[in-house]
Amino acid sequence: MSSAECPEPIQILDVDSEIYSGTLDCVHCGLCLTSCPTYRVTGRETSSPRGRVHLMRGVAEGEIELSQTVADELHLCLGCRACETKCPSGVRYGALLEQGRAIVAQSGLRKGLGFRVEGFALRHVLAHKGRLKWLVSLLGWVQRLRLDRLAAPFLPGGLSRAQRLLPAIPPSAERERLPAFTPAKSPRRGRVAFLEGCVMPELFGRINRASVRVLAANGFDVWVPGDQVCCGALHAHSGDLASARDLARQNKQAFGGEDTEGFDALITNSAGCGAALREVDHWLPEGSGSLEGKARDVAEFLDEVGFREPLRSLPARVCYDDPCHLVHAQGVASAPRRLLDLIPDLELVPHANADRCCGAAGTYNLLQAQMADAVLEQKLDDLEAAAPEWILTGNPGCLMQLQSGVASRGWEAEVAHPIELLDQALGPDESPVA
Amino acid sequence: MALTGIASKSDHDAFVDRLQHIVGVENCLSDPAELFVYGTDALTLDPGSPAVVVLPGSTEEVSAVIKACRAANRKFVPRGAGTGLSGGAQPSDGAVIISCMRMNSILNVDGYNRQAVIQPGVVNADLSTEVEHLGLFYAPDPSSQQACTVGGNVAENSGGPHTLKYGTTTNHILALEMVLPDGAITRLGSASGFSPGYDLVGAVVGSEGTLGVVTEMTVRLTEIPEATETALVIFDDVPSACRLVGRVIRSGMVPAALEVVDQRTVVAVEASVYAAGLPVDAGAVLIVELDGAECELPGQLLRIRKMADQEGAREVSVARSPEERTHFWRARKGAFGAMGRLAPDLYVHDAVVPRARLPEVLEGICEIGDRYSLTLSNIFHAGDGNLHPNISYDRRDEEELKRVLAAGKEMLELCVKVGGVLTGEHGVGIEKRDYMGLLFDDADLAAMMRLRNAFNPDGFCNPGKLIPTPRACTEANPKARGYDTVPIR
Repeated sequence: MSSAECPEPIQILDVDSEIYSGTLDCVHCGLCLTSCPTYRVTGRETSSPRGRVHLMRGVAEGEIELSQTVADELHLCLGCRACETKCPSGVRYGALLEQGRAIVAQSGLRKGLGFRVEGFALRHVLAHKGRLKWLVSLLGWVQRLRLDRLAAPFLPGGLSRAQRLLPAIPPSAERERLPAFTPAKSPRRGRVAFLEGCVMPELFGRINRASVRVLAANGFDVWVPGDQVCCGALHAHSGDLASARDLARQNKQAFGGEDTEGFDALITNSAGCGAALREVDHWLPEGSGSLEGKARDVAEFLDEVGFREPLRSLPARVCYDDPCHLVHAQGVASAPRRLLDLIPDLELVPHANADRCCGAAGTYNLLQAQMADAVLEQKLDDLEAAAPEWILTGNPGCLMQLQSGVASRGWEAEVAHPIELLDQALGPDESPVA
Repeated sequence: MALTGIASKSDHDAFVDRLQHIVGVENCLSDPAELFVYGTDALTLDPGSPAVVVLPGSTEEVSAVIKACRAANRKFVPRGAGTGLSGGAQPSDGAVIISCMRMNSILNVDGYNRQAVIQPGVVNADLSTEVEHLGLFYAPDPSSQQACTVGGNVAENSGGPHTLKYGTTTNHILALEMVLPDGAITRLGSASGFSPGYDLVGAVVGSEGTLGVVTEMTVRLTEIPEATETALVIFDDVPSACRLVGRVIRSGMVPAALEVVDQRTVVAVEASVYAAGLPVDAGAVLIVELDGAECELPGQLLRIRKMADQEGAREVSVARSPEERTHFWRARKGAFGAMGRLAPDLYVHDAVVPRARLPEVLEGICEIGDRYSLTLSNIFHAGDGNLHPNISYDRRDEEELKRVLAAGKEMLELCVKVGGVLTGEHGVGIEKRDYMGLLFDDADLAAMMRLRNAFNPDGFCNPGKLIPTPRACTEANPKARGYDTVPIR
């Protein structure tokens, strides 16, 4: 079903709206405040979760207008949802933010070239695998011909940041889609479906392949349906709930429609996608079938079923930095750490505020450059004190953001997905870690 | 009419320009939406409308802001994180809010002398985290400690569960730097903890921002005790838990904390992210924390167990690990917020009664709550006799709001009648201002007014807080007269 067949109703933020009843869950205690990165940077109540919930309530009750200031504050939020982990009252902040941003989008208060480019890219590129592949190939040529460096001084702010954040585009051989079926490599324990993601196969195919290898080595057949699409998380976060719904419905079909008996879990290695899959029921009025209940992060799943050992030694000093949409939106914090602890001689060093946002937040680091940088700097300060050789995190945006941070400070540290180290530790290859 | 409107608008613009010049454009908020969120602190009963919010970055900027306010004839209200429950940071209409949130540096930590010099916007829990590696912590621990600022704690003389053993904020503040309501910068007290003459630090701590804006504090740090044991004593009802509290105190032991949580609160917390496995079928849970030398605790714990048996406790379970202890405390401290699960608003009362009267007062409070058909829960620092009857309500329901206020007043009257006081740690603010007459006569209030006037003679700093207007005072206490003119006895 396309969005044209199911037109998005115009939403109004008033006292009859779903958003309004959601804001009433906030009892104004303020326990969320210091978990909020933008509040930490600015000190402003307006830029805090409590403040933003109060803004939405104020608009709904007619106390204030849906003004540019309100729109800007909703978009200054990173959407990291750290406030949800601190909220004793159970305010569903992430859902309120998505709906609030959808209303802002409909009201025409989202202005500027950056937002228009984002909207276009999300709707017309990210949601279409072929177009995305074509664009990434083009960018690969631009990088190989060093045109990006030549053009860098002339690029406008957002594009110049994109150029710095973009990792080296892998050769096209590494950007192949995953095989539709990979059989279990050890005594079979079950069958899982795998969500490739939109950006992951193009920029981090190595992580997808490592994930499939580790799942197969642990005794799982891995099914990767070819007609799956982007999860729609970025669309929802930008206020484009219509596209998010559209993509969610396509994925629901791709992963068996109402019948998900054929697999034990729907695995993703990207925290943002995992959070979106887990909350698909918020988006789809008709429900997601059993899809939502099957979604698991790859680390969470492997921890749950029990990782098959032995693993070979990887002597290295690593920090694990929680992706917000894994720790705060999905409540997965200890599983990746427990898995890493299984690797002999791997030293998992705790660093301060590991569960605080790195400033990537989807497209945020392109559109809210100043705040993203301020948040990243705090993250780098915390990591610097722990002096890791590897920085591990499980989300493409965070991988790129931390990679650019590591480069900006001139560190030697490698940035990788935890599954890559688990894959290495499983492999026969005896070559030493980087 | 139109002309004056335009004139005053341009006056206002010039004033905002002046403030922007002092603190920087990005730290001066005057958009209606921005001002809207500063209408209340955590007391949401009756929002005010500030004219401007400024976030100064230094003592000098605070001083310059105050001077600009005076030049423009504007009142001003200091504010920390806005977690206060008595409306202490609520702006009077047209006031300038001076937010201390950007003044959040720990300037110096002196581990040898166990003290730190900090700015007012430092978050309470952050201070303890920062000094933990020295084996120290900052003892006052209000439930909102993960968000509230030490500056706000100084204003309200905040306590917390561990007040029982370690005292309230006033016991931990050695010296202060503050900007007086005329813009002058002054220092009170000394880092040594001894200061000849009047104890002006003592006067400022707990003055609820009515004497000036504190811009730097020298705070006492406390050694982390060698050992800590935390036990949950499970009861079928709240009065039994209170009787155990009385016994423990009478025995001469000084536990670090004695906290009672009632069933409704346990159920709400256990549904939240702060769930700690507290029994949802218990009538009351008493959290007992003991700390001190390692050799002392087993004996004390044994005595607690015996006394608990005698009071008919269902079970005593001791935290098996520091993590479990942390979970208990997170649950306890997340309890107020968890009440948001019951209704959109929460009125957290705060009164202190003699410990021996706890069982009967609680019975009385529950009776009042029932009589007014309110959703009432109780969670309190039982060791101090510091009660927090919590009324869950919806401020949009005017009829319910009336019942909430009437019941609240009756509860306070009951507490005062048995020899208690109006507040233990949340302050008077606007919430209890008009009930001050229940406790103080006109001469007392006149004396307080004189103290306030010595610092803040024309009431520019945090107007309308703490001391009632004569009329409201007369309403609460028929014998009171206009105390402004009454000489001190």
